[in-house]
Amino acid sequence: MNSLILSAATRVLVALLLLFSVYMLLRGHNQPGGGFIGGLIAAIGFALYAIAQGTAAARAALRIDPRDLGLIGLALALLAGLSAALFGDPLFTGQWWFLGGGGGEGGDKGLPLSSVLVFDVGVYLVVVGAVLTLVFALEEEV
Amino acid sequence: MRDLGSGEGLDAASGHGDARPALPAWVGWLAASVPAALALLFAGQVPAVAGGEPLRLSVDWVPSLEVRLSFLLDGLSLTFALLISGIGAFVLLYSGAYLGGHPQLGRYYLYLLAFMAAMLGLVLADNLITLFVFWELTTITSYLLVGFDHASAKARRAALQALLVTGAGGLALLAGLVLLGMAAGSFEISEIVASGDLLRAHSLYLPILVLVLLGAFTKSAQVPFHFWLPNAMAAPTPVSAYLHSATMVKAGIYLLARLHPALSGTEAWIWSLTVFGAVTAVWASVLALRQTDLKLVLAYTTVMALGTLTMFLGAEATVAVAAAMTFLIVHSFYKAALFLIVGIVDHRAGTRELERLGGLARAMPVTAAAAALAALSMAGFPPFLGFIGKELKYEGALAIASEPLLVASAAVLANALMVAVAAIVALRPFFGPRPAMPKPPREASLRMWIGPLFLAVLGLSFGLAPSLLADLFVQPGVTAILGRPEEVKLALWHGINLPLMLSLLTFALGLGVYAVHQRLRAALAAAEARLPLTADRAWDRLLDGLKTLAAVQTRVLQNGRLTNYLLVVFVTLALALAGSFLVFRDALQLPAAAPALLPREWGLLGLIAAGALLAAGTRSRLAAIAALGVVGVGIALLFVSLGAPDLAITQLLVETLVVILLAVLMVRLPGFGVVPSGGAWARRRDAVVALALGAVVTAVLLAVAAAPFDRGVTAFFEAASLPEAFGRNVVNVILVDFRALDTFGEVAVVMVAALSAFALLRGGAGREAPK
Repeated sequence: MNSLILSAATRVLVALLLLFSVYMLLRGHNQPGGGFIGGLIAAIGFALYAIAQGTAAARAALRIDPRDLGLIGLALALLAGLSAALFGDPLFTGQWWFLGGGGGEGGDKGLPLSSVLVFDVGVYLVVVGAVLTLVFALEEEV
Repeated sequence: MRDLGSGEGLDAASGHGDARPALPAWVGWLAASVPAALALLFAGQVPAVAGGEPLRLSVDWVPSLEVRLSFLLDGLSLTFALLISGIGAFVLLYSGAYLGGHPQLGRYYLYLLAFMAAMLGLVLADNLITLFVFWELTTITSYLLVGFDHASAKARRAALQALLVTGAGGLALLAGLVLLGMAAGSFEISEIVASGDLLRAHSLYLPILVLVLLGAFTKSAQVPFHFWLPNAMAAPTPVSAYLHSATMVKAGIYLLARLHPALSGTEAWIWSLTVFGAVTAVWASVLALRQTDLKLVLAYTTVMALGTLTMFLGAEATVAVAAAMTFLIVHSFYKAALFLIVGIVDHRAGTRELERLGGLARAMPVTAAAAALAALSMAGFPPFLGFIGKELKYEGALAIASEPLLVASAAVLANALMVAVAAIVALRPFFGPRPAMPKPPREASLRMWIGPLFLAVLGLSFGLAPSLLADLFVQPGVTAILGRPEEVKLALWHGINLPLMLSLLTFALGLGVYAVHQRLRAALAAAEARLPLTADRAWDRLLDGLKTLAAVQTRVLQNGRLTNYLLVVFVTLALALAGSFLVFRDALQLPAAAPALLPREWGLLGLIAAGALLAAGTRSRLAAIAALGVVGVGIALLFVSLGAPDLAITQLLVETLVVILLAVLMVRLPGFGVVPSGGAWARRRDAVVALALGAVVTAVLLAVAAAPFDRGVTAFFEAASLPEAFGRNVVNVILVDFRALDTFGEVAVVMVAALSAFALLRGGAGREAPK
């Protein structure tokens, strides 16, 4: 689509959308957001880019085939679920670590890291990969 | 250069094995050493088990479902285990020579060993679910074995038939075993057999019995499920020898024997086993006479043996069960030996058609001797074990209180025909004039004749020392089958009594039948040709009908028109929801008053309705897309208003994506901007379906929302979210933590859907993306 306005606006918008998608992914555990929503936002960013600049440019910007991206996400989510077995818990039990926490009841617990976050990143990648697989294929075929 | 790539032969995964170097002979010896070692191991347990001390081993598998990997070695399972591992060792040894140089010999060894492991697991299992798992494993591995010659359409059909018949029986069995476990309150077989009285009085007894018998009868080829067994002769002969002497088909018999203390003794048990067994035994021995292919003759006598075993297991009397147990052992010996001998004849003379064989004894003296010994045992001549088995059968038949005449006459008839068949199998190919054969016959190698000879001699030696067999195997086996301590004595000479008279009658009848067997066969063949429908042909009709049904419903439901798919889906949904109103009349009540909504929510509803009407009414594609967007955004705003921000965000994003996708598609469709009209009638039909679905969904939602809402789960998630999962956004915590497995399943579906759509769009073209 040869639209100067769209093309110019997309450059800024896509960067913002991608940044925003990561923000939504990370805040998801405590506020509205999460891997699903984040993934949709990122996918919309790339879909917009594909409309403005063509799918070839969008594929190049993504650097990796969206199908591979989705499958990596699926593997990541599975591994996050399986990791519970390492700690003797049932499958898909969340594992948590708090780095550098001050300790104490109600105090600063430190930086929370968890297998749940890895799982959510996996969901994010699956959504991006699946949606872009479809969008790119549709744009190229039809 | 043949032995260069010898190790790779084991990895026989490719279907094009022609260029593969043949496996060296030592692989066969190695494979045979596994069951041989097992047989020795089991033999070492014989004294302890015969002394009345079963061995147990138990490991938890799925404790929450009461599934345990528990194993029991008692008189019954030990006898089976010894037959399976002992005959298995000879069969593996034999196969190395029979299939020597076959490009897929490695794959064959793998299948056979896997089958053996499954069979051993089946007879040793002491847990219903464990038993069932092994049961299904034998079905699957026997499918692979029967269809080993996968290039032949006949073998493929036979394999599939065996799989479908026994697999269908397996499904029934699973249901039966689950019911049985529930009724008995335990899935451990040793506990179930102890609660037989409780089970026989249970209201579920009849369904359990029918389902279990369906499983056992299909596996053990009882009429009317007998047709798969002769067809399974498409397998390589050593496979037939193994599957149809001591293992696969005896699994059903094993199950009946194992569950005997739990289920036997009722009228239903006695009559179904006796009648099905007797009919199978007689019918199969008639069919055996009709065959000219040696292997098919043996196949039908196997069916006959299975019928006899079933018939005797129907009884309660100790002597009847002892007859079954003895005949089980006798039959395994001579039938395995005879199958292997037929394989030798086929291998060395190039045919197994009775009419083309004769006078082989001079060329193959060892094989002929083994054949004669095995056949004498089969015919039941003294002093062979077969004689003891037969005498015991007659004694058992006469001891059956309810219907001695039926059982005894069926036994005499079947045995007489078996005498004739034994004579046919052992005399015809080896004696008399020697016709021209496809290959000049010569003696087989040691690896081939050692098994049949050993088994045939075993039949003779146990006949001479029957008390050994009685003490070590029959008595412990009968004790296990009846669930009470029993004493069984076996002897060659019982004095002059009714069983002996029946024996003499059997010989006379059998030899008489042998004298006229060629004329009988011609008459039977003519009669068979006049039969309107055999079980085998009925099976083909059944499968054809299934395929026709599938084709018809595919043509109707999946005709490739999206409009049609949507119509079917929506009409079905509307009908199902309307139906639920009828079914749950009491629970689903429409509220008396309209739901209390804020004015802004009414406004949003109006917006949504307006968008929907516009989308349905407009002729412009772009307007329709925009109108659908209005509907979507309106719903998202409703979610915001009702306090569900996550849902609202997702809805908005999905809506955005849909608009992008539709825009991409619509711009490129021909006739941009105009919605094609499907005609007045189609539009009216669509309107009716849409309105009906909308009305039904609205009604259901209103009714569900009006019902008192159980907040238990919600309350748990709200309370546990922060302290246990460290998150304040309950929705997301549920998604990624509490219900992470569900989410994983969903994203997997998303990915599979995307990949499938991709494959469809690309029309199956290669993976490379266009640059």
